[in-house]
Amino acid sequence: MTKSSFSNIQSEYLALIDHNKCVRCKRCIQNCGWGTYSFGGDKILADHSKCVACGRCYTYCPEGAISIVKNPTVLRENANWKEGLIKNIWRQSETGGIVISGMGTTFKYKKYFDHILLDACQVTNPSIDPLREPMELRTYLGKKPSRLDVGLDENGESVLKSKMPPQIELQTPFIFGAMSYGSISLNAQKAMALAARALGIVMNTGEGGLHDDLVPFGKNIIVQVASGRFGVHRDYLNSGVAVEIKIGQGAKPGIGGHLPGEKIGADISRTRMIPVGTDAISPAPHHDIYSIEDLRQLIYAVKEATDYEKPVSVKVAAVHNIAAIVSGIVRAGADIVYIDGYTGGTGAAPNIIKDHVGIPIELALAQVDERLRDEGIRNEASIIAAGSIRSSADAVKAIALGADAVAIGTAALVVMGCHVCGKCNTGNCSWGITTQRPELVRRLDPEVYGERLYNLISAWSHEIQEVLGAMGVNSIESLRGSRERLRGVELTDAELKALGIKHAGL
Amino acid sequence: MITIDAAGMHYKELNRLIREGIGKGIKKFFLENINGQYYIGDGIKGDDVVININGTPGNDIGAFMDGPTLIVNNNAQDNIGNTMNAGKIIIKGDAGDVVGYGMRGGRIYILGNAGYRVGIHMKGYNEQLPIIIIGGKVGSFFAEYMAGGIIVLLGLDDSDEFDGDYFASGMHGGTIYLRKKIDFSKYSKDVELYEADENDMNFLKKYLIEYADSFNIPSEEISGKPFYKIMPSSARPYAHLYTSA
Ligand code: SF4
Ligand code: SF4
Repeated sequence: MTKSSFSNIQSEYLALIDHNKCVRCKRCIQNCGWGTYSFGGDKILADHSKCVACGRCYTYCPEGAISIVKNPTVLRENANWKEGLIKNIWRQSETGGIVISGMGTTFKYKKYFDHILLDACQVTNPSIDPLREPMELRTYLGKKPSRLDVGLDENGESVLKSKMPPQIELQTPFIFGAMSYGSISLNAQKAMALAARALGIVMNTGEGGLHDDLVPFGKNIIVQVASGRFGVHRDYLNSGVAVEIKIGQGAKPGIGGHLPGEKIGADISRTRMIPVGTDAISPAPHHDIYSIEDLRQLIYAVKEATDYEKPVSVKVAAVHNIAAIVSGIVRAGADIVYIDGYTGGTGAAPNIIKDHVGIPIELALAQVDERLRDEGIRNEASIIAAGSIRSSADAVKAIALGADAVAIGTAALVVMGCHVCGKCNTGNCSWGITTQRPELVRRLDPEVYGERLYNLISAWSHEIQEVLGAMGVNSIESLRGSRERLRGVELTDAELKALGIKHAGL
Repeated sequence: MITIDAAGMHYKELNRLIREGIGKGIKKFFLENINGQYYIGDGIKGDDVVININGTPGNDIGAFMDGPTLIVNNNAQDNIGNTMNAGKIIIKGDAGDVVGYGMRGGRIYILGNAGYRVGIHMKGYNEQLPIIIIGGKVGSFFAEYMAGGIIVLLGLDDSDEFDGDYFASGMHGGTIYLRKKIDFSKYSKDVELYEADENDMNFLKKYLIEYADSFNIPSEEISGKPFYKIMPSSARPYAHLYTSA
């Protein structure tokens, strides 16, 4: 077929410059990763079609001369034929491609966290003042023994006789979710590594191997093994505090990953241990795992390779039968199960999957916690909840629904300047986050953003202490799975049942 | 040198003994009465360590292995050399499913047949060049998503069918050598068939000799025929699959 260059898709945003304020410093030209601006001899010109509203140019314009507005030229409103649907038809008819984008779904599904309210103490049981009383946020991730043997040592002191399975010690119940070097920049990973070390928490390499610069941060790193096995070798498995086997991701359950060859430069090639310029394809399933028994085999292959010294985590997307799936994973020997809800982020995924596959993390968590308790195996593994944890309130609710800790991904990138424009797949991120272009990566200072990540998690931790105090609980572990302390509003009976909570007022 | 009688021994104990032995500097291991123990050689290191396995080992031998040699004097089971980095595995019999999954270096020589899903996502990196040579035939899903390295299919028993379905689908790197031509219409659209030339044969020679020596086969028996090779049509089979939202 002959290709036509004519496109029906009009600019989504307009990059407007107030030429009276503009001093022609050209910083916007330099800052925009998508090449919106150019210099026209006497003034800045803008190619609106390139703007994705990433927010970089106006943040860095010294004169406040830039505004990014939604293109006022509208498509006629139609609740059935929504703008996005019409544009995708144009896009696909022009290219024949599967529509992909970065970040999580933009669909407006019900957000259950926003319909859950927390309890507080009044009169009959006093609240605790977190500024005065100790308030424990420390969390241990890993298998907890179902019985403990205690004995006496030679001095007659009581000692623990049972050998504790390996644990990850977190000073606060947050971790950074898996984001690979390749999907994000090394500087973005370094910012998380610095923050994780300062906070006493962990980050996760994702399926991109471990860059040499991150090796010293091993005590604060979980290394990942996914279907492409990129960068996975014996020393890698032993270089972090735990190993995570990635089966699925909330943004793209059931499908693999694909880092295009143009993003595989020398440094990423070395870290992933694949040649420069080839596509890094992660197959949809691990082709050595077609059953729970096969998963058990890989879990124990990893345990053997790490001498049983590291907890093994298994990451799955929240899907319809998640409770039964997690029960199987726990029985397969996982020490930690990471459940990623359908609103979780990604570097790139087909919209058809992102927008239509999976279930909310809130419902998944409640069902999983319930099921594992019913089966008497809740102690066998810790649960990490993820899939757009947007605030400390989401975190507290997730823990009360049954999680041991939560993982944040998008929120951490927002700290680094991300405006959730969803164009991570293009590799042009103006903020230096989801790009490998050196001139863009350089602008992300790991020290600066490491400190801001530290600030965010510290602030969220203080907020959690406040809430715990209000609920009269002095340790985060006592809140885990306390659904009695939650109430629902604007939820149907079926939703309340799935969440295992009562309606407010009851 | 150490001999371990593995009769009735759990794999955890057996592998602990092997790791301990390597830690003490032992180079040669003889494992007797092996009967289904998993994970032999999993995650071990040391180029001069040789482990002789007498009996039939269980799944996942040589997973994540980085240097040693495993010699199985019998059949072996599934998942041999999973994500192996370096070393050598010699199987003097048949192998099960999933051989060399995600393998990045080292060699796996199999005297007999191998099962389904052989060489999936095998990859090369710099001077690391994983090599699998199989004497008999293979099952379906052979070399799926193969990204690098070399697999040689010999079909020594001279049966006609020595390849399964979904041969090399998604292959985007590496080379497959065949000692016999196979029905091209069955091939994945991602690959092309060529006749192996002198350069190919010179390159293969050293490995074919090593293979033949491992099993005491006269090497002329292997290299007497013309070879064919299969390479991916593109290193980027999915480059035009997507459009940005
Ligand atoms: S920097 Fe971002 S907001 Fe500014 S013009 Fe470029 S894409 Fe648009
Ligand atoms: S990280 Fe992705 S969503 Fe965030 S600003 Fe960069 S390209 Fe946009």
